[in-house]
Amino acid sequence: MTKDLLLPAPRDEGADAGGEPLLEVSGLTKHFPVKGGFPIRRTIGAVQAVDGIDLSVRVGESFGLVGESGCGKSTTGRLITRLMEPTAGTISYRGKDISRASRRELAPIRSEIQMIFQDPYSSLNPRQTVGKIISGPMEINGIEPPGGREKRVRELLEIVGLNPEHFNRFPHEFSGGQRQRIGVARALALEPKLIVADEPVSALDVSIQAQVVNLLQKVQRELGIAFLFIAHDLAIVRHFSQRVAVMYLGKIIEVGDRDSIYTRPRHPYTHALLSAVPEVSVAGEQAPARERIRLAGDVPSPIDPPSGCRFRTRCWKAQDKCATEEPPLVQLSGNRAGHLTACHFPEEPTTEAREEDIILDPALAALEEDTSKD
Amino acid sequence: MTSPIDIEGGGTSVVVDGEAGPSAKAETVQLEGRSPGRLMWMRFKRDRTGVISACVVIFFFAIGLLAPLISKLYGKDPYTVYADERPELFDSAGVPVQPNGGISGEFWFGLEPGNGYDVFTKLLFGIRTSLMISLAVTVTVVLTGILLGVAAGYLGGRTDFAIGRVIDFLLAFPAQLFFIASMPVVVSLFVSPRDETPTYVRVLALIIVQWFLGWMSLARILRGTSLALREREFIEAARVSGASSWRIIRKEILPNVVTPLLVQATYLLPSFVTAEAGLSFLGVGIVEPTPDWGQMFSKASTELVMQNDITYMFFPGISMIIFIVAFNLLGDSVRDAFDPKTAR
Ligand SMILES: Nc1ncnc2c1ncn2[C@@H]1O[C@H](COP(=O)(O)OP(=O)(O)OP(=O)(O)O)[C@@H](O)[C@H]1O
Ligand code: SF4
Ligand SMILES: [Mg+2]
Repeated sequence: MTKDLLLPAPRDEGADAGGEPLLEVSGLTKHFPVKGGFPIRRTIGAVQAVDGIDLSVRVGESFGLVGESGCGKSTTGRLITRLMEPTAGTISYRGKDISRASRRELAPIRSEIQMIFQDPYSSLNPRQTVGKIISGPMEINGIEPPGGREKRVRELLEIVGLNPEHFNRFPHEFSGGQRQRIGVARALALEPKLIVADEPVSALDVSIQAQVVNLLQKVQRELGIAFLFIAHDLAIVRHFSQRVAVMYLGKIIEVGDRDSIYTRPRHPYTHALLSAVPEVSVAGEQAPARERIRLAGDVPSPIDPPSGCRFRTRCWKAQDKCATEEPPLVQLSGNRAGHLTACHFPEEPTTEAREEDIILDPALAALEEDTSKD
Repeated sequence: MTSPIDIEGGGTSVVVDGEAGPSAKAETVQLEGRSPGRLMWMRFKRDRTGVISACVVIFFFAIGLLAPLISKLYGKDPYTVYADERPELFDSAGVPVQPNGGISGEFWFGLEPGNGYDVFTKLLFGIRTSLMISLAVTVTVVLTGILLGVAAGYLGGRTDFAIGRVIDFLLAFPAQLFFIASMPVVVSLFVSPRDETPTYVRVLALIIVQWFLGWMSLARILRGTSLALREREFIEAARVSGASSWRIIRKEILPNVVTPLLVQATYLLPSFVTAEAGLSFLGVGIVEPTPDWGQMFSKASTELVMQNDITYMFFPGISMIIFIVAFNLLGDSVRDAFDPKTAR
């Protein structure tokens, strides 16, 4: 792997087969000021939660955004739904720049971008009945569906797999999975074109996760809604998203179609994430042995991220160049169109087992030694 | 003092469970949802102390409300100077001749030494005045607390900072001294010191002075609650659907601050009753001939009454103790019903 293999790739070109872009984000940045000092409090730094990311979601597409805790996924989602003001960059929806639009200017497209939240216990107002919660968005936007709002609420409850007679109940009378379904019904109430789902199943029981993911998948396919699906591991996104982006410390480090990311990943971090996904062998098919990579250490602080490549403090391939030069997000030779990677020394495009496992965590390494001796 | 012991002893409770979820889910047949408010009401009804104190408190408010009617049926009013009307009941010093301050079938609670007011109607009307003033103070305090507390918590930033500093400043005031010192000042804003002060001015001044230093604790609590609520995802959900701040405060925040609001209000009202009584006792509140609970204490402590008619003290004293204790017990029960976790 040498640098002449790098091709500067125009963003997304050629991969546009899926349709016209619905949402386009470029150079999106969010820095949270850090206050400190005594006696006069002033800004002494910034949490670089999101630092210049580009992505695009096409009509009806499911786009997965994956990364470890604290890498800025939720912040990205909140910027796109305009719950937060971006520090820099643009968000355009159907070609219209909405990155700084006021509440009134946003009104016409408000109903088209909705959100599903992570915590089903905090995303429903405990004082409102399910009917009120789901019809709230219609009320705010003055939507009067044919047959009345109550009828629509019943329909929505039916769509998400709840008893339509339960619209008079209160959130505390439902389980976590059911609450999340109510959250989905609320998001669907305005017939959106794009739903940002911020880790919609990570607070749920494993047994219920699959049900909710299936529901979302059904909704996405049948209603043709585009999804920005945020998750912290690659396992859930695999069944859900046509395209996947991997984030690390506020930056997108690799993006591509599902097959490229899961079977031909190039970035070391994607390799590490993939090797952490539990193995699922499809019936009748013998999955080849996979590589084993265990990272050491913690994610560095987003207040003072490493220079050059942000992953270099945990990367086993890091060299001097990684500290001085930030790798651009480009299409590497041998990659499919639309598969972009930000790495100076990318890995081979395979997930098969290596001759030697990469175990950087000294404690884990010692453990492995012991077990291999027995 | 609080519910658990009573509940266990009462034998009425089958499911006293703080976790509303499981107990509610058991009855899947019932399709009408049980609101958090209704669950609280059900918990409260099982708390015997709470129910009894609520009855006592309601009784006092009923007395205050119905005082004119009761005194009409009883046939006397608190303004008649019986020392002039019925001089045969008093000795030369103005002390009732009959024992125990002149208690008789005619004057149930006796007569007041000196002017000879009827103690029974005086107490009824005294309770009425005190409760009216305290209720008015509570209402103004609650409104101010909601307005400033929710604004500080929800808007945050500079608003929060400004309101926070005002609260700190006002909390530093020595309340009792301030009340005593400022009452005449406030009164003089309305009438010149040479004229006689009408009662309504004194009432108004009492309300203003107590309100001025009364709202901070409530505002602080509501600020904290709104601050916590603001971070909840359902607020973000409302914003994503395009709700205005005003709608969010009205529909999402306010229904959720009702709990701390009610709990605090049940603690605040009795404290305002005692504060008002204190001021009237010290002579800066309501003065004769307007009947007032606190002012009856100051009457009881005058030399004439103290030495000749010790029974007089019992009526305002015992009634007030019952009222305050019942109200505070009610406050505890309300809190337990709202937040069953603190009880265990
Ligand atoms: N309001 C805020 N003020 C200051 N810092 C913030 C704020 N919100 C997020 N951050 C910081 O920004 C970084 C990214 O946070 P974010 O919530 O986007 O992460 P995440 O990828 O969603 O993580 P998780 O998987 O835990 O939800 C974190 O370091 C976090 O501490
Ligand atoms: S650029 Fe260097 S440090 Fe960063 S992932 Fe690639 S090899 Fe590792
Ligand atoms: Mg998050």
